[in-house]
Amino acid sequence: MTTRDIVFVAVGAVTALSALLSVTTKHVVHAALWLLVSLGSLAGAYLVLGQELVGLVQLLVYVGAIVVLVLFALMLTRAPIGPHAEIDTPGWQRVVGAVLGAATTVLLASLLLPLFFGARADLDTAESLTPQVAQAIFGTWVWPFELLSVLLLVALIGAFAVSRLVLTREEAPTVRAATRPSTSADATQPAGERA
Amino acid sequence: MIHLGFPAALVALLAGIGVYGVLARRNAVLVLIGVELILNAANLLLVTAGSRPGAPFAAGPVLTLFVITIAAAEITVALAIILVLFRRSGSIDLTAVPDLSDDEDVPAGESVQPATERTPAREGAP
Repeated sequence: MTTRDIVFVAVGAVTALSALLSVTTKHVVHAALWLLVSLGSLAGAYLVLGQELVGLVQLLVYVGAIVVLVLFALMLTRAPIGPHAEIDTPGWQRVVGAVLGAATTVLLASLLLPLFFGARADLDTAESLTPQVAQAIFGTWVWPFELLSVLLLVALIGAFAVSRLVLTREEAPTVRAATRPSTSADATQPAGERA
Repeated sequence: MIHLGFPAALVALLAGIGVYGVLARRNAVLVLIGVELILNAANLLLVTAGSRPGAPFAAGPVLTLFVITIAAAEITVALAIILVLFRRSGSIDLTAVPDLSDDEDVPAGESVQPATERTPAREGAP
């Protein structure tokens, strides 16, 4: 056990525990917040593994953007505050899920642990790995990198188009409800139930 | 010096936890949290494999950066779809029976008129 091993075990324990809490908690918002802890400590694990660029990008993109996006989605879908049993599947299905999750863990561990058992990486050199990564991105991997910028643009337009598509479709019932004033009092009832 | 067995064990744990999260949640956003955990297990495996001595082209960290980008694109589109689902059906419960009819947004008090419109079509269908 070297110093890096001890630090990695500590950070990895935080990561695994908070990930477990984020999939088991009954509070909807707490699940997103535990995901934040898990992804942040995983960035620490990348730092321990000597990949500071990946760790910082993880902090920027996952912790800074994706978790915030998830929190916004929870707010916009009117997530209940406080413990809520309705967010989980029934008990037998959770048992099956736990069995399948444990089976995945055992399968991956039995595959990966012999593969990486004797392997060790010497990371205690003075020079950083970031220049090497940067040269690889803008040298060997430059075309996939450019393609990814197109992918991000397509995802942006796609997300916009998906929300836009249904907005125009929703206009028709709204117009029809406005032309029939006798039913406008009833129209507020289901909206109240949804809240 | 670091032994790469510990990151490999963490990869297995995170992937298993993510699979449980996908299977045990009904809320669609929380299912996405499980998907994110599985993606992060894949990222950690890429970084771990990339830090073995002699990995070519710095493939581990570079591919990890690419997967992070793809995950950002994926979750943007997925959350847009979830918000549309919420606006159409009022809940994001994945076990609820979906109502795929076009008149879904008509409130319940108003459904008398579309129901009578739809009845002949249903009888004529079989």
